[in-house]
Amino acid sequence: MSILDVRDLQTHFFTDAGVVKAVDGVSFSLSAGEVLGLVGESGSGKSVTGFSILRLVDAPGRVVGGQINFKGQDLAKLSDREMRALRGNRIAMIFQDPMMTLNPVLRIETQMVEAVRAHDRVSQKAACDRAIGTLAKVGIPSPAERLTAYPHQFSGGMRQRVAIAIALLNGPDLIVADEPTTALDVTIQSQILAEVQQLARETGTALIWITHDLAVVAGLADKISVMYAGRIVESGPTDAVLTAPGHPYTQGLLGSIPGHGRRGERLTQIPGMAPNMALLPDGCAFAPRCTRVSDTCRSRAPEITAIDPARSLRCFHPSVTMTSIT
Amino acid sequence: MTPILELDAISRRFEKKLDSVERLARRLGADLRETCVNAVDAASFHIQRGEVVGLVGESGCGKSTLGRMVAGLLPVSDGVIRYEGTDITDAKTAAAREKRLSIQMIFQDPMSSLNPRMKVAEIIGEAAVYHGLTTRREVAGYVDELLRKVGLDPAFAQRYPHQMSGGQRQRIGIARALAVQPEFLICDESIAALDVSIQAQVINLFQDLRRDLDLTYLFISHDLGVVEHIADRVVVMYLGRIVEIASTAALFDVPRHPYTQALLDQVPRLGAGRQEFRTVKGEIPSPLNPPTGCHFHPRCPMAGPRCGREVPRTLTTDGHSTACHLHDGGVA
Ligand SMILES: Nc1ncnc2c1ncn2[C@@H]1O[C@H](COP(=O)(O)OP(=O)(O)OP(=O)(O)O)[C@@H](O)[C@H]1O
Ligand SMILES: Nc1ncnc2c1ncn2[C@@H]1O[C@H](COP(=O)(O)OP(=O)(O)OP(=O)(O)O)[C@@H](O)[C@H]1O
Ligand code: SF4
Ligand code: SF4
Ligand SMILES: [Mg+2]
Ligand SMILES: [Mg+2]
Repeated sequence: MSILDVRDLQTHFFTDAGVVKAVDGVSFSLSAGEVLGLVGESGSGKSVTGFSILRLVDAPGRVVGGQINFKGQDLAKLSDREMRALRGNRIAMIFQDPMMTLNPVLRIETQMVEAVRAHDRVSQKAACDRAIGTLAKVGIPSPAERLTAYPHQFSGGMRQRVAIAIALLNGPDLIVADEPTTALDVTIQSQILAEVQQLARETGTALIWITHDLAVVAGLADKISVMYAGRIVESGPTDAVLTAPGHPYTQGLLGSIPGHGRRGERLTQIPGMAPNMALLPDGCAFAPRCTRVSDTCRSRAPEITAIDPARSLRCFHPSVTMTSIT
Repeated sequence: MTPILELDAISRRFEKKLDSVERLARRLGADLRETCVNAVDAASFHIQRGEVVGLVGESGCGKSTLGRMVAGLLPVSDGVIRYEGTDITDAKTAAAREKRLSIQMIFQDPMSSLNPRMKVAEIIGEAAVYHGLTTRREVAGYVDELLRKVGLDPAFAQRYPHQMSGGQRQRIGIARALAVQPEFLICDESIAALDVSIQAQVINLFQDLRRDLDLTYLFISHDLGVVEHIADRVVVMYLGRIVEIASTAALFDVPRHPYTQALLDQVPRLGAGRQEFRTVKGEIPSPLNPPTGCHFHPRCPMAGPRCGREVPRTLTTDGHSTACHLHDGGVA
């Protein structure tokens, strides 16, 4: 039973330089407790996908098509008030910069109690207890004392954990995490990953983990969707995508990661550079950088095609065999 | 053989300034003062000509400070820096100044280190003309050749920094450093801000330049995967002190210091399958108020009573140096 079902989402920015199709037909679904890794290079549309789900896209951007179904409700049909009631309550977002969530001039206590009572008619005391419990859950030592601190009294990693605690406060069904560990040290990143992993497992919260770091999602996500130029080009179970990537772009990404066992070897380079989103080529958006490009690729855009019930690819010449769905 | 670079117990102390959040809080009445930090505390190591040495450690441990002292961008508080045997700590003599020019630094954020009002041609050519490595008449050709060397079309010479992608700007930063014909490059998180596919291009470029120009590198990064890929030896810092130095193979395969072991345990790896993420207990302590004895002792799973009392000595066996009581008579 899926918690979130995104169908053919389209979010465009209407700029002077033209229409930027930042998200152009993205589909995926998530069940309770499932972790989706949304990966891709800078500018591929990962954050805009996340913002669209929470209805946080501002002008000149607009969701121009598709459906977002959350527990059977079409989010596009909700009023602003209904959406606000959902946000921070059933759906939460964690940003790369914790100060997007935290207010520098308010004590953590004030911020957390407010976040609880905005959605739940409970006493000050009950809200406070919940705040302390949640801070403990994300590994803040002596949470009762820390509650009275201001954000500046925490280190960067602790601030991020407080922001995560705020996201967890009301036990959301879905968390969209937009590169929350990219700016942090490996030791702190690992701490946060351990916490969210446990959370998904124990409380059934579904997670969308946005990152450009495939190694992070390798250890965390159940499934992966790879974005390129506003579209998902490959998706499937994490192990399958990482061990047998089918799309030339996914293969290029994996080849370009330095790591264990390849010391000193030449890394694979994806030729060329990220596309200008206002001037995408006809046909496949990856064609100018693709080693397997053919005339077909330049004249028509490939559709996303299922190769088995769990995996799909958007490519005319993928390197795994397309079998028909049985 | 004389090492190309020798650091002999160099240190750097700072008065700690408040960050923007703290300044705001102070204006609102919080009790916040500026204090003193030992950003780098008696660091010693050497680099041989042609070597790539990686410098790793958590944020704030002093990597950039060390790099900037070596590059001559920051005076040392104590200690001596020698380049090919010549003391360059103060660069007062002409000989020392000339040696200094052989050391160039490439920064993390190419945008902030490139003058936005200058064309690429000027950015790259300026210092080379000033130091007499080319003439005004020949500088255009000199710049073209450097652009080719870093894999860019010479047409880029007529562009401004903002007209280029992140990876292209990073290449301009590299070309500018190469323009004064350095022997020694300090790369400070030079690829951290780049996408993986562009990161791969720049890593490959560093490898090519090393081979073609016989360069020596001090490669600063908190990305252990990148360091493992390109370094011959690795230096690990914790709170201003060097805790371990070893060949890349030894460091990644048989790390000796508990901190290095913890750090390597945390690295997310491709191909490891679903990973149980683990945590090093405790926080990175404040450099303003570092723990006594071994700085790592409050977080160390192996710590004993001696660790809080006594600063560990650095001992070297088989070219592998470690500063930990476990390797020097025990922690009891
Ligand atoms: N306010 C805006 N106006 C115009 N274009 C925008 C705006 N916000 C985003 N875009 C464009 O939408 C595209 C997708 O951006 P998005 O922020 O989703 O990328 P991303 O995948 O999250 O990248 P990153 O890894 O750099 O965060 C980009 O091409 C970006 O330039
Ligand atoms: N100009 C300065 N004034 C005051 N303190 C400084 C200054 N530069 C660095 N420090 C302090 O010195 C310590 C070491 O900083 P440094 O920038 O060298 O760390 P780093 O290892 O490069 O960290 P990062 O990985 O975050 O770049 C930190 O505590 C930092 O706050
Ligand atoms: S459709 Fe063609 S150009 Fe696009 S990724 Fe596949 S092979 Fe490459
Ligand atoms: S000296 Fe003691 S505390 Fe420090 S790393 Fe070694 S065992 Fe751990
Ligand atoms: Mg983003
Ligand atoms: Mg630094």
